[in-house]
Amino acid sequence: MYPSAFGYYRAASVQEAVALLGEHPDAKLLAGGHSLIPAMKLRLATPSALVDLGSVAELRGIRQQGETIVIGAMTPHREIEYSTELAKTCPILPEAAAVIGDPLVRNRGTIGGSLAHADPAADFPACVLALGGTLTIQGTAGGRTVEAADFFQDMFATALQPGEVLTEIQVPARQPGVGMAYEKFAHPASRYAIVGVAAVVRMNRSVCEEARVAMTGATSKPTRLTKLEAALAGKPLDEATLKATCVNVVSPDGLLGDHTASATFRAHLTDVFAKRALQRAAERSTSR
Amino acid sequence: MEQYFGKAVKRVEDPRFLTGSGQYTDDLSLPRMAHVAMVRTPFAHARIRRIDTAQALEHPGVVAVITGQALRDANIGSIPPGWLLPDIKTPPHYAIAVDRVRHAGEIVAAVIAESRAIAEDAALLVDVEYEMLPAVSLGSAALASGAPAVHDEAIENVCFRWSIGDQAAVDAEFDRAAKTVKLSLRNSRLAPNAIEPRASLAQYVRASDELTLWTTSQNPHIHRLILAAFVLGIPEHKLRVISPDVGGGFGSKIFQYPEEVIVLYAARKLNRPVKWTARRTESFVSDSHGRDHESEAELAADDEGHVLALRVKTIANLGAYLTLFGPVVPTYLYGTLMNGPYRFRAIHCAVTGVFTHTAPVDALRGAGRPEATYLLERMMDRMAQELGQDPAELRRKNFIQPDAFPYQTPVALVYDSGNYEPALDKALTTLDYKRAREAQAALRKEGRYLGIGFSTYLEACGLAPSSLVGSLGAQAGQWESALVRVMPTGKVEVFTGAHSHGQGHETAFAQIVADDLQIPMDDVVIVHGDTAKVPFGWGSYGSRSAAVGASALKMALNKIRDKAAGIAAHLLEAAPEDVEMTGGQLHVKGVPERGKSFSDIALQAHLAHNLPEGMEPGLEATHFYDPKNFVYPFGTHVAVVEVDPETGRVTLQRYVAVDDCGPLINPMIAEGQVHGGIAHGVGQALLEHALYDEQGQFVAGSFLEYAMPRADDLPLFEIDHTVTPSPHNPLGVKGIGETGTIASTAAVANAVIDALGPFGITHLDMPFTAENVWRAIQGGKKAVA
Ligand SMILES: Cc1cc2nc3c(=O)[nH]c(=O)nc-3n(C[C@H](O)[C@H](O)[C@H](O)COP(=O)(O)OP(=O)(O)OC[C@H]3O[C@@H](n4cnc5c(N)ncnc54)[C@H](O)[C@@H]3O)c2cc1C
Repeated sequence: MYPSAFGYYRAASVQEAVALLGEHPDAKLLAGGHSLIPAMKLRLATPSALVDLGSVAELRGIRQQGETIVIGAMTPHREIEYSTELAKTCPILPEAAAVIGDPLVRNRGTIGGSLAHADPAADFPACVLALGGTLTIQGTAGGRTVEAADFFQDMFATALQPGEVLTEIQVPARQPGVGMAYEKFAHPASRYAIVGVAAVVRMNRSVCEEARVAMTGATSKPTRLTKLEAALAGKPLDEATLKATCVNVVSPDGLLGDHTASATFRAHLTDVFAKRALQRAAERSTSR
Repeated sequence: MEQYFGKAVKRVEDPRFLTGSGQYTDDLSLPRMAHVAMVRTPFAHARIRRIDTAQALEHPGVVAVITGQALRDANIGSIPPGWLLPDIKTPPHYAIAVDRVRHAGEIVAAVIAESRAIAEDAALLVDVEYEMLPAVSLGSAALASGAPAVHDEAIENVCFRWSIGDQAAVDAEFDRAAKTVKLSLRNSRLAPNAIEPRASLAQYVRASDELTLWTTSQNPHIHRLILAAFVLGIPEHKLRVISPDVGGGFGSKIFQYPEEVIVLYAARKLNRPVKWTARRTESFVSDSHGRDHESEAELAADDEGHVLALRVKTIANLGAYLTLFGPVVPTYLYGTLMNGPYRFRAIHCAVTGVFTHTAPVDALRGAGRPEATYLLERMMDRMAQELGQDPAELRRKNFIQPDAFPYQTPVALVYDSGNYEPALDKALTTLDYKRAREAQAALRKEGRYLGIGFSTYLEACGLAPSSLVGSLGAQAGQWESALVRVMPTGKVEVFTGAHSHGQGHETAFAQIVADDLQIPMDDVVIVHGDTAKVPFGWGSYGSRSAAVGASALKMALNKIRDKAAGIAAHLLEAAPEDVEMTGGQLHVKGVPERGKSFSDIALQAHLAHNLPEGMEPGLEATHFYDPKNFVYPFGTHVAVVEVDPETGRVTLQRYVAVDDCGPLINPMIAEGQVHGGIAHGVGQALLEHALYDEQGQFVAGSFLEYAMPRADDLPLFEIDHTVTPSPHNPLGVKGIGETGTIASTAAVANAVIDALGPFGITHLDMPFTAENVWRAIQGGKKAVA
């Protein structure tokens, strides 16, 4: 595994990272390196240089601002997995973090890297989409904010422009009556999602006021299951409803498929995992 | 004295492995060393029209680019197979393809440069013009009329047709049988995936015209013999092969590989050391693979379930080239194993070995025996299901009885010893079989699907009587050597022709020496893996190190003891037969207070001031041990699985293994072998698949795609042993390195099929991936609660 030759720069701040990207147009940002380095070893990526964000302290950490949780792009999966704050304010993120790869991957990989890379089988993108998160981006022209729904554009393609750094992710803190869960069918080798479903439901007594359900793994980008969401609104999320609604949630046409799991199978798994995620999300909506 | 045999002594090699101070081939570095990157074809089958190396040669830091034609011009030979069968086709296997490539990953050029990174950059500059040809990757498809030919000399891609057993006797049994069952089975292809990728480093010393090859080999002497005499065409003594620490082989490091030929050729040509280490993606497409059978099997029984006859037809995919043991694995290591531990009247097994446009297929942990066991144990379960009998009890009633040994099977082997029921009983007790069946029934009512699967396997290992294998086509002997060299201070060096690539010989063999000479284990060092130090030996594979290698050691130790007793008797003025060894002292029987320690004797042997009349000085003995028979480990493995009917996902819940490998030299090492073996076999059943698509592209060429079993895929194994010694070797030991793999694939498969019984499913091919199982459920009958 030998990458082609590349330069290496370590940025001390976001500003410096942006400046370095400006100087080296074919450079790439290095976060945890757990997607980028393997791609370089296979020569699928051949950046002229790496700009390492590892020393940019301002990009790391989890904090709450009023009703919003702010997570720095360089926060490793492991920190999210073990965050006692997030366990209360946004439990779907620790839950998803816990099923990413293995401990080594979780110690190095970052949420910013995961979202910026936009692997169609990654776990966080679906969660952030279901949560209705927003992403903050810095470039030479200054900062901007993008809705998760607009951020993910295609397989490995996002709203990030060359020279831009993803700095923060904002998600709403959990309100009373809101429940959330992430359910994943992991690839037996890579442990990436073959199908993952993130469900965030707002319940009033036992009736669903709003359901936001997003899938990953089988679509080229994280995708809201809008038909299912509509069918759930105003209903109790009991066994009968879920059984009736989590059927043919997506069509296999246009889904990803390979020798491990065909499009047909992934469509079926979407039904199963949508149901499982919704079931648990509904159960959790009653907890405080 | 402390008794070491049978004790779970901690492995002496582990401190160096665990602290990262092992010395593997890739750890070695020599002055002026150059590095190789291989240019491999992405195509399964193509004609090479033109190779343009000019651009690569101009790349700064590139030393040379080697093509197949250059090797042919230098009279570098083809890599020969080591086993021949009647009418076998042995097309040449050149290290670098000359005019045609026959599998994706085959080498078309080698780029040698000052660093590996430069070599890899330049490898991309080698311009190869291919003319694409149609390819075939499945054995049965290669046999079909009109299939693309892999080698022009192998008509219809047939390498050999082989059979064993009495066909007429089988037909007669089938004619009068009350019950017959039939299955088509596929035994999936596996990649070996040793944790250490293959690596080779060659050095040439011009002054003496000598080559040294450090390489990842399970058998350095075989490497020397074949590479020197058959491939390079140089005198055998001009090549030294060293196999330093090796991180796992599983069979894949038995064979002589193109990369070894390339570094040897290049080191001599360039007069520089040359190193190559496989990238993991290269390993997937260039290590020899294992298994890959398509079979039709029929089993006949009487109406009580006593088996009568077995009929098997197998297509064995050999890949594009024959490697060392390619021909023997699906024949003599497969057809002869069809009898298992049962009483058969007749068996017939016919195997067609087929060339395809895939990587070569050869021995992989178990080598033929897992394939045979999988087939036989699936058939036993199918018969039990057909007769409505308990699968454990059906097996029990067919066991060869303990008083029937030696037992001649209808497929050539003579089993030396065995006692099969105690292992089955132990496994059933550990499992609490009755309770497990009750739990299964209760959970089925809740819509949960548990399955219980058995494998009462038997295997033949400890290869093997040399004259026997010679009569069957081996171009090799299968004895083993041991040289025991005692130093003047009584410290002992042992040189063994066996090779350890994870098995712990440095510990287990030292235990045997320490016991026999009544010295501390610390006084013993085990040396292996260097043709310049160790007498000729055939290396380690086929679970032969203990049964053959340690037997050679035991016999050499006997010679040392005899000589030591002779010296002691002389010094004590007694007859040698009156001298015995107790408490670390050689003394006259009954007079332990006047004795000589082993180190006293060692010193006297070397001083030679006062030796018995006519005795040579020194204390050293060599033994070449040729076994009288194979050894036959056996046991019962039971798997309990749960299938999630919604997703098809299979979870292994429990695993019980009771093995009989005779007396255990080191129970901890044996347990480790059983654990690894089970994981390997479970991997085949549930996870792994070295799959080629129809165009001959390897589709699972990285660990992102190729699923190896991991700790969290496995339950805590519940393992136990029975002890039935082999009567014909001096230690009574049998092999334990492969039993886990041989047994477990079938046990898990039977458990999965058992779980799927309510859906009307009677067979499903491996691997039992979620989608395969889910589709079977969709296609099957609806479950009845
Ligand atoms: C064995 C293995 C198993 C894995 N399993 C899973 C899994 O189950 N689920 C899962 O979701 N993921 C999985 N991953 C991926 C892992 O989570 C990655 O770490 C993650 O997707 C990328 O994050 P990173 O910090 O490593 O980013 P890097 O690899 O460093 O970067 C990835 C890409 O994002 C860009 N980038 C990184 N940070 C920024 C930023 N702040 N602004 C703009 N661009 C940026 C980089 O330039 C690069 O193009 C696995 C990885 C491995 C190696």
